[in-house]
Amino acid sequence: MVTLTSPSRLTARERARRAARGGASRSVPAPLLAPALIAVGFLVLPLAGLLIRTPWSHLWAALSGSDATQALVLSLWTATATTAISLAIGVPLAWVLARSSFPGQRLLRALVTLPLVLPPVVGGVALLLAFGRTGFVGRYLDSWFGLTIPFTPLAVVMAETFVAMPFLIITVEGALRSADQGFEEAAATLGAKRMTVFRRVTVPMVAPSLGAGAVLCWARALGEFGATITFAGSFPGQTETMPIAVYYALETDPDAAIALSLVLLLVSVIVLVSLRDRWLRGGSVS
Amino acid sequence: MRHRGSDGLVVDAEVRRGGFVLAVSLTAAPGQVLGVLGPNGSGKSTLLSAAAGLTPVSAGRITLAGQVMDDAEEGAFVEASGRPVGFVFQNYRLFPHLTVAENVAFSPRARGLGRQAARSAARHWLERLGLTDLAGRKPDQLSGGQAQRVALARALAGQPALLLLDEPLSALDAGTRLDVQAELKRHLADFTGPCLLVTHDPIEALVLADQVVVLEGGRIVQEGTPGQIARQPATDYVAKLVGLNLYAGRADGSQVELTAGGAFVIADREARGDVLVAVRPSAMVVSGERPWPSSARNTWPATVTGLTMLADRVRLDLEGKPSALVDVTPAAVAELSLRPGSQVWLTAKATDLEVYPHADSQQR
Repeated sequence: MVTLTSPSRLTARERARRAARGGASRSVPAPLLAPALIAVGFLVLPLAGLLIRTPWSHLWAALSGSDATQALVLSLWTATATTAISLAIGVPLAWVLARSSFPGQRLLRALVTLPLVLPPVVGGVALLLAFGRTGFVGRYLDSWFGLTIPFTPLAVVMAETFVAMPFLIITVEGALRSADQGFEEAAATLGAKRMTVFRRVTVPMVAPSLGAGAVLCWARALGEFGATITFAGSFPGQTETMPIAVYYALETDPDAAIALSLVLLLVSVIVLVSLRDRWLRGGSVS
Repeated sequence: MRHRGSDGLVVDAEVRRGGFVLAVSLTAAPGQVLGVLGPNGSGKSTLLSAAAGLTPVSAGRITLAGQVMDDAEEGAFVEASGRPVGFVFQNYRLFPHLTVAENVAFSPRARGLGRQAARSAARHWLERLGLTDLAGRKPDQLSGGQAQRVALARALAGQPALLLLDEPLSALDAGTRLDVQAELKRHLADFTGPCLLVTHDPIEALVLADQVVVLEGGRIVQEGTPGQIARQPATDYVAKLVGLNLYAGRADGSQVELTAGGAFVIADREARGDVLVAVRPSAMVVSGERPWPSSARNTWPATVTGLTMLADRVRLDLEGKPSALVDVTPAAVAELSLRPGSQVWLTAKATDLEVYPHADSQQR
């Protein structure tokens, strides 16, 4: 006696789809579907709210009426400077973490990744305690060079670098780890010294990850709020970046806040599109 | 510690990698292609790695033209980038982000030539290997044979004093392999330094090499010319590769007692002691009835355990004392209605048995 569940309907189209995928049923069980829909709503509704409330008719006026341009320019150049600095010092660190071994390496990796999970405000406080006027490094910068970092554009870049560089390091380190080292061996047998190998083989071969890491770093820097406002403050034109401008505008000029948010949303969408091969295809990030 | 003063490549070293130990002593003279034949895991690639400086030796030394490249006792080591070596890797490892011309110019550039000089050196080698038309292509736009040539050009462009080839033809399909093989042989003949060619394909070793060492389990089990290796294999592995039946035994006059059971009458009456007997699968005759006994022939009963269709003949797997692989025509299979389980008689003429000493130097 063979026991089967009673047959359900399977349309020709569904048959074709399943055959093409070579898989079994793809229908979503109800206990998963409902929470999934709630999650979608939760993520999409706020964005819809932003678009609905956008003062489309006087968008330009709302933008130019505030310090928006100043804030946008500041945000763009500090995020770009952050990315450049992160590439210059973060990529070598990624290489060190991926390719060499020394005592304390695991601890170092943990320290490098810490800012990823650390609340940015804490990062800002930490920066202040180190590089502030009375900080244990800042004290000497102040007395020896007359250099005061906090509440300057330099402080903005430092705060953003502290928070955003780990994204670049982690991305590039993962790529370096999974890269086929056979090519580097081949380069060595062709007479290339280690630095030449790095420059002419290693870097070009991880270029896609380098690009993705840089974009990720740039986007994170652009959105940085907590560490920046703590360490750099919010002087318009000096240290007031876009996110900070949005935050203050919400109290004084909601239309401007919405317009500014829209600009940031637009930038984010552009970033996402540029990363589409990496993220929108699904699968893992690293 | 022999061949100390040789001006070729001298390896007298041990390389330990995890639990694996490669312990070899070999010499490749300038202009000589030394084939290193062995199964997977025999240590062939480790040997190349050590010669290239990608893996340091654990004991002993490696010299090239009398100069130390690696010496574990003295603690001397020349980095891979400092060795005048050309390495053709198994999967070529062409840089995917560089064009063919840039790949070939890589070594001259890395070894200190200016951009222009490196480019013209690359042009020279591209021309020499008939790759000029492909100069602008990326590696993923090349066929297997083309990629192989580019890899060779890239290795030679650095003007190496030692050439290392790791399974140079294994990534090619059977169709292009013969052409590339003939071409490779020509280019190897032009190379004036020593060349180490690693392969698990006996044909490759026999065709391309001047001298062959057989590596098994990290040790050299046989050395000789390709002809010697093919005619008188020292181990089952090589015998299988070259398609011979191989039996170890003890000779006493014209009689050999086989270690695995059975005995052979041989033509050589002088043989004494441990010997190996090699028999071609086509040199044995299968019959359904017991043939007339003869002093010049060996006859013994056997059971068919398997039949494999080869190109124009059938290879029989026969169990008996001793067991054997025998090639017969499809007609014979039909005539004798052979199938697994069939009882047959095997005949091998004494003059068809190749008998040679089981050299003691090949301790295993």
